[in-house]
Amino acid sequence: MSTFEFKTPVSDQDIKKVHIGDVIYLTGDIVTGRDDVHHRVVISGKEPPVDLKGKAIFHAGPIMKKISAEGEPDKYKVISVGPTTSMRMEKAQADFLKKTGVKIIIGKGGMGPKTTQGCVENCAIHTIFPGGCAVVAAEEVTECEGVEWLDLGMPEAMWKLNCNRFGPLIVSIDSYGNNLIENNKTEFNDRREKALEDLKGKLSFME
Amino acid sequence: MSSDSPREQLSELVASFMSYSAGHLPDDVKLRLAQMKEIENEGFAPDIYNVMEKNMELADSLKRPSCQDTGIPQFFARVGSKWPYMDIIEDALIDAVKEATAKAPLRPNAVEVFDEKNTGNNIGTHSPWIDWEIVKDSDELELYFYMAGGGCSLPGFSKVLMPLEGYEGIAKAVFEQMTTYGVNACPPCLIGIGIAGSSEVAAKLSKKALLRQVGSHNPNPKAAEMEKLLEDGLNSIGLGPGGFGGKLSVMGVNIEQASRHPATLAMGLSTACWAHRRAGIRIKPDFTYDFFTHKGAVL
Repeated sequence: MSTFEFKTPVSDQDIKKVHIGDVIYLTGDIVTGRDDVHHRVVISGKEPPVDLKGKAIFHAGPIMKKISAEGEPDKYKVISVGPTTSMRMEKAQADFLKKTGVKIIIGKGGMGPKTTQGCVENCAIHTIFPGGCAVVAAEEVTECEGVEWLDLGMPEAMWKLNCNRFGPLIVSIDSYGNNLIENNKTEFNDRREKALEDLKGKLSFME
Repeated sequence: MSSDSPREQLSELVASFMSYSAGHLPDDVKLRLAQMKEIENEGFAPDIYNVMEKNMELADSLKRPSCQDTGIPQFFARVGSKWPYMDIIEDALIDAVKEATAKAPLRPNAVEVFDEKNTGNNIGTHSPWIDWEIVKDSDELELYFYMAGGGCSLPGFSKVLMPLEGYEGIAKAVFEQMTTYGVNACPPCLIGIGIAGSSEVAAKLSKKALLRQVGSHNPNPKAAEMEKLLEDGLNSIGLGPGGFGGKLSVMGVNIEQASRHPATLAMGLSTACWAHRRAGIRIKPDFTYDFFTHKGAVL
């Protein structure tokens, strides 16, 4: 298990250095995008309004606060921004990687075989930021550089965030086809069967 | 004495209560997480618990919602039959949601179904969701506010089992859901299970089970035994914090029940993430209050 410091744009060389279980701290451009952004880009086939090549897509719907005065150009501050459930993007993630050139996916929980394959083919990784830790994450954002697709609403818009040592990002899918959470799930499933076996006869409240 | 109308007094109090609970976990949850942190001393778990702890401290010092997903606002109101302001409760709660959304600020989460538009202020069709109960011979309003986040709402389901599947059938369905969807729901979760005669009653009871304290027990000894067996069984799976693996899986298992039909065994499951933002307050007719889930908190 190693720790890495990366800066965007992230190269294929960087990505090839990391394996599941490694930890990354990322400095540079992170753009939020979740269900609706993936729908628009992959299913509706729209061009993303942000160049994502070499950057990170963050599965997150933040709380943002407008800090610009009336009449000034819009300026926002991040109040709270933690990861959302990555698995919801499973259907579209691999195509999203191919279309955008994103190198790092940030979210929470695992993703499935389609994304794993997508990470191999596009030399990308999926990483996990600890769930529910949205103020820690907000404090690692130095500036919000703008927003696109705000018509989708605050949680679903693409917020362009500049970050300093954003992490810990635990690598859950690497570019070699390994999937940490799927490996864990295999173990969880084995233990579940044993736990259910142990319960046999103990819940016989019906006579 | 405030010169504000009862509706204004109630909405201001509830808005403060909502904002506070967005940034502070209830006492019982904090205590359980601290206990679990001591036990989880291997692998990724200690680092994850450290970030969780840092997040709670920052949310408090910066006065921010601790998780960006402040949920679809849900209220569970237990209204005393002698509470004098019956007519204003609903309007005051709607006002409070608007105010807390702007001031806390909370994330606007109400998406109108079919129109598929976010309303921008958490007010929408049946949002906030309000569940009503009448408490006889009481002049108090007891209000639970629950921020039902998306991540921990995803594992939720209810279904009707055939009675011969038995209580083991319930355990199997819960365990299977927790090793699939539960891994993504910000574990360690609190597990709420409802058992009844039809799916909607079981579903509602499963959510009410989450309003009970972590570490509390169902008064029926057999139900309490089932809570303990399921808690131990789930913990033996070792989901750990965030699904990274560990020695434990859940903060606890709470079960609530209603009589079932002889031919049905309905079950519901609701899960609460580790950032279980449930808040309870008892309000008297003069608007003095007891914020009983967060002792010592000043609104």
